[in-house]
Amino acid sequence: MSRFAAAFGKSAPALVCFITAGDGDTAANLDALVEAGADVIELGMPFTDPMADGPAIQAANLRSLGAGTTTHDVFKIAFEFRERHKDVPLVLMGYANPMVRRGPEWFGSQCAAAGVDGVICVDIPPEEDDALGPTLREFGVAPIRLATPTTDAARLPQVLAGSEGFLYYVSVAGITGKQQAQIESIEANVARIKQSSDLPVAVGFGVRTPEQAAAIAKVADGVVVGSALVEICGEYGAEAPAKLRELTSALAQAVHTARQD
Amino acid sequence: MNTPLNSFRNLPDERGHFGQFGGRYVAETLMPLVLDLEREYRAAQADPAFQAEFDDLLEHYVGRPSPLYFAPRLTEELGGAQVWFKRDELNHTGAHKINNCIGQILLAIRMGKTRIIAETGAGQHGVATATVCARFGLPCVIYMGAEDVKRQSPNVFRMKLLGAEVVPVTSGGATLKDAMNEGLRDWVANVHDTFYIIGTAAGPHPYPEMVRNFQSVIGKEARAQMLDRTGRLPDLLVAAIGGGSNALGLFHPFLDDPTVKMLGVEAAGHGLDGDEHAASLLGGTPGVLHGNRTYLLQDEDGQITEGHSISAGLDYPGIGPEHAWLKESGRVDYTAVTDEEALDAFQLLCATEGIIPALEPSHAIAAVKKVAPTMPKDSIILANLCGRGDKDIFTVAERLGVEL
Repeated sequence: MSRFAAAFGKSAPALVCFITAGDGDTAANLDALVEAGADVIELGMPFTDPMADGPAIQAANLRSLGAGTTTHDVFKIAFEFRERHKDVPLVLMGYANPMVRRGPEWFGSQCAAAGVDGVICVDIPPEEDDALGPTLREFGVAPIRLATPTTDAARLPQVLAGSEGFLYYVSVAGITGKQQAQIESIEANVARIKQSSDLPVAVGFGVRTPEQAAAIAKVADGVVVGSALVEICGEYGAEAPAKLRELTSALAQAVHTARQD
Repeated sequence: MNTPLNSFRNLPDERGHFGQFGGRYVAETLMPLVLDLEREYRAAQADPAFQAEFDDLLEHYVGRPSPLYFAPRLTEELGGAQVWFKRDELNHTGAHKINNCIGQILLAIRMGKTRIIAETGAGQHGVATATVCARFGLPCVIYMGAEDVKRQSPNVFRMKLLGAEVVPVTSGGATLKDAMNEGLRDWVANVHDTFYIIGTAAGPHPYPEMVRNFQSVIGKEARAQMLDRTGRLPDLLVAAIGGGSNALGLFHPFLDDPTVKMLGVEAAGHGLDGDEHAASLLGGTPGVLHGNRTYLLQDEDGQITEGHSISAGLDYPGIGPEHAWLKESGRVDYTAVTDEEALDAFQLLCATEGIIPALEPSHAIAAVKKVAPTMPKDSIILANLCGRGDKDIFTVAERLGVEL
């Protein structure tokens, strides 16, 4: 069974946690997330031009690059994470250019060697899948696609075709870390996607609090939290792991018990 | 019947690719919009009423056709080929940018969009966008790098006079690419009512093709004017390149004329041997940014590096994807000139022809200055004078050590 299948096959919904690689002591921060109950890790690859991200993750990208983080560093963080955590699915999330810079084969082989389970590339839609998708599949790395409120019924099959691991439902038309969508709209869209696919559906963008996470966990297979965690990394530096542990525990508790009442 | 191999003028393909370049590298949220835009653009292309309204506005509002001008004193000074200029600096708003803005705002209205956004570098595209928004009564938000807001304060004031909201962008290097990031962030959050008027022949398909087609009025007019005035086609076309829309506008109608050579001129800034330039084609490598695959200024990890040019309009680390393809196909030659060379050319045109050019076409003039003396006197160079220099006099004064 793949790590994704195991993580999303538990009796409770999954908590997916995002932080940016190279923004502070990433190894310590990742350990804190896992120890506090994160079921899936998304590791952001820093990029100079994060067009789909709001201020919090933009700032994290710049902090990371300012500290000199390279693509090799990102893979080193991933490789060492995999050595410490054998079972936790690890996803790299980022933008096309750093992923294709040395060619898709190089990137796919590095992902496989580092134990990366899946890749979310924000700016490679299904129409440009050739740029990376076939190579990732060849290396056994799941291309994870995004569906959004603008992905209509006619388009959804194209998004789902070739998607692996899980489907990331972006709950708002907008950038990361901003407003959250109405739960009714999320519920309807997740239901719509699940009619057409067996993939687990995780919902993200704008989820900050345990209360929001719990509401989403009632209607989805997973909840993604990013900006709120990234802000902690930025604000607390070396003290971030303790603070991350605190928020992640509360989020995990909320997500894992959301369907019990 | 023409096969694709027989023409340089029938790309992109149906996926928006120019060879390996172009495409639609955008977030899923934008993808349905980009597809919708393409459908609406195809419908507009097939609608004679759309073309008629475009032509009417270009004639009576923009002031087209722009003149084709033989520059006698510059020609004599350079001592070689005849130098002719396509005078797009005489357009309403002072640059070629308005041609594209007229086309896109008509499309926005056709699509029922009620809010316009745009990015701008030098401010010419921002001014042109604010202008058409005022003309059609639509609210308008212009994203402009905070650095450029400082460098181009007259244009910022113009935009505000025209009713636009100018948002200074402080992220990254606070220049054109960061303004474009912010434009994309706005668009993704306001997909239902907002039309993004991209200012150059770059971005996701169909923008590169659409902007090129709207700007092709430059080359269509110039080709007819040159045939009318001289009975023949020019030997060489020259145009400056930032994103590349004025160059494509001039070049595209001539691409299948085999005797016409073409030269695109990038900004070499302080020189191509350092990293302070904006020459994506000559000093960059292929990559993916802002919706398309093209040549970029980037490091070995694919991080985008900051361009530099004295001209804010050329200060962008990418290039329209069709130029990337025209370079690889060998149809168009590309060169670069430095800040210093552009400044010299700026002054040369002022002194010989009584025309104050913008710093962007000053790069084209600098290339003309180099190449004209090497060509016979009966040969013809046609350069695109794509903008006037009023906006740049402060920058030039500072570089020349003159206090205003």
